[in-house]
Amino acid sequence: MKQLAVILSGLLLALPAAAADYVALPGGSFSSVLPADGKVAPARIAPFRLRIEPVTNAEFLAFTQKRPEWQRDRVPALFADAGYLSQWAGNDALGAAISPSQPVTRVSWFAAEAYCESEQARLPTWYEWEYAAAADGQRADARKDPAWRERVLVWYSRPSNAPLPEIGGPADVHGVRDLNGVVWEWVDDFNALLVGSDSRDQDGADKFKFCGAGALNMQEKENYATLMRVAMLSSLKASNTTTNLGFRCAKSD
Amino acid sequence: MSRLLATVLIAAGLLPGAVLAGKAPLAVVAAASPAPLAAPIDFGPPQGEPIHAVLGIPPNVPPPINRKTPAKVIVDLEVIEKEMQISEGVTYTYWTFGGTVPGSFIRVRQGDTVEFHLKNSPDNKMPHNIDLHGVTGPGGGAASSFTAPGHESQFTFKALNAGLYVYHCATAPVGMHVANGMYGLILVEPPAGLPKVDHEYYVMQGDFYTTGKYREKGHQPFDMDKAIEERPTYVLFNGHEGSLTGDHALTAKVGDSVRLFVGNGGPNLVSSFHVIGEIFDKVYYEGGTHAQENVQTTLIPAGGAMMAEFHVDVPGSYVLVDHSIFRAFNKGALGILKVDGPENKAIYSGKEVDSVYLGDRANPNLHAVAAAAKANASGTLSKDDQIAAGKQLFTGTCSVCHQANGEGLSGVFPPLAKSDYLAKQDKDHLIGIPLHGLTGKVTVNGKEYDSVMPPMSQLTDDEVANILTYVLNSWDNPGGQVSKEEVSKVRATPAPAATGH
Repeated sequence: MKQLAVILSGLLLALPAAAADYVALPGGSFSSVLPADGKVAPARIAPFRLRIEPVTNAEFLAFTQKRPEWQRDRVPALFADAGYLSQWAGNDALGAAISPSQPVTRVSWFAAEAYCESEQARLPTWYEWEYAAAADGQRADARKDPAWRERVLVWYSRPSNAPLPEIGGPADVHGVRDLNGVVWEWVDDFNALLVGSDSRDQDGADKFKFCGAGALNMQEKENYATLMRVAMLSSLKASNTTTNLGFRCAKSD
Repeated sequence: MSRLLATVLIAAGLLPGAVLAGKAPLAVVAAASPAPLAAPIDFGPPQGEPIHAVLGIPPNVPPPINRKTPAKVIVDLEVIEKEMQISEGVTYTYWTFGGTVPGSFIRVRQGDTVEFHLKNSPDNKMPHNIDLHGVTGPGGGAASSFTAPGHESQFTFKALNAGLYVYHCATAPVGMHVANGMYGLILVEPPAGLPKVDHEYYVMQGDFYTTGKYREKGHQPFDMDKAIEERPTYVLFNGHEGSLTGDHALTAKVGDSVRLFVGNGGPNLVSSFHVIGEIFDKVYYEGGTHAQENVQTTLIPAGGAMMAEFHVDVPGSYVLVDHSIFRAFNKGALGILKVDGPENKAIYSGKEVDSVYLGDRANPNLHAVAAAAKANASGTLSKDDQIAAGKQLFTGTCSVCHQANGEGLSGVFPPLAKSDYLAKQDKDHLIGIPLHGLTGKVTVNGKEYDSVMPPMSQLTDDEVANILTYVLNSWDNPGGQVSKEEVSKVRATPAPAATGH
């Protein structure tokens, strides 16, 4: 079975245009760092399917060839900033410095969303992403284990002046790989998380927090590993791209 | 209740009448409402072409401004996450303003309009922002400068108040961003500038939290638990152990005036800042306008700063410390100000006398001494008893200088171990050394010593006998035995002249 998986993923790398693998996650009640009611209520997550690996350079290149309006010289500035795919050698070539099986980065939220649509998918919500990333090799929720936190933090604490690793880390209990430790990943509702731009506003200061989906607030400050990801996502605009920001897609069941 | 109020009102109403009756000059003072709090002076709009601020790389400070009018000043500051050495063989991932800890020193003039550009390097992983305590406005700029990696934020503020202010990152988790080194100083000069000095230096204290112990080698990650418990692994000036010592020491010449801009980034500790051997002529405490004079140690709050001015009059090394002193000697909070120039003996003599003073001798385990005394009294004292007792007495008295292993300190305290000097002394002279002391030049094992050993007059005759017997029978010395009676005989004869060994 494991061997088969290796062969399959080998095939996928060789044929980037082939359909990507998704696995089913059961969802359920999940205690998020952003409680559903701003206080303590757990999030309810419907069953969904998640891409087992982040989208790679090869996959995204194939997408831009099929959809040239997403090539870097054509994309409207409204949908992607000047850094969009700027690490690639050309408009439709990766170049020697870039590995096809590295996760694609420097993609805007708009571009990521468009890519996922091409796989009949969407970006995962924050809750879906956080829920999936809580797993380790044995448990669906390993967040209480200091080793889990350590693994997340080690990546944060390294500056990213070295080339990105390739995808293909160990699979977690759901069969998903590379959620932590390779790149940041876009989520569908990144701009609804609202860590204030000044994180010390405890209340009152930011009215946006009281509107609709934004009525979320930081609860478990101790779980700062996740908090830092929320802070990162909150700093972004949908057209932004960064060296360490990639994505994967999800599908509703 | 209402009656009480009425009484008060009447009293208040009556007061002006009473004053008018005969105390006119006071009336003006008493009746006038207090003056409103003066607003900061606005020096008007910026004049001339915008100026790009020169930033100071610690421990250096940008030059004084010397400008007579307010200007528009453009500050470009880049946030860089990078691995650097925190101590010898220990690395840490710092988050920095400008690539250094503390961040670049910003210097503007009161009334300047500052256009601030915060750049977050594309290689960074984290979003960052900046809160400048010198900014008047919500968050001190933090809300306007939240910046994703590979992006730049711009905001503009007017430097309304003069002073020395801390700036720092205020992105969640704030404490972690600060603990990783994200702080620095901005000086808002008063319009007339600061008094001219020969040297200005930039020092900032910070506490650091690593998972490994102090000086544990290798790459050390940040430890959130220690940070929350306020148990720092390192307390450092300018972010690294050794950043202000050795070749990196601050320097000045005798007669120079020095101004230190000292901040405390925290995140947790308050600094009791002190320079060993100096007295600050003036301390602008809390970075404000007023100075206290003749200050030994000044308190710098976390997220605060101060300016100290002083003259250096005597050459030598002056040690910058947090006088919560374990931080200095066990967590790294040390820096050096090295002053070169001629000695000034009128102010400071250097060491004039170096003598041992033990007061009430520390009382370790003196069983063997008691045993020897008893044996002596009963006439059964053996050489081994004497050696055992002498060893303990030696530890309490002699080892301070001659060291427990008898090796002394080369060039300072002569060795007793395998000592050719001891071997050639006659017994009376040998006994005379602890009794009368020894001053002047002696040559021991080929090395010349010229110092002062004071008389050990606190030792009794049998203590001297036991110590000498121990020394003679230790460390390859020739052996022998000294008795209480022999010591007593030498003590009775007058001391020889101090020189001429």
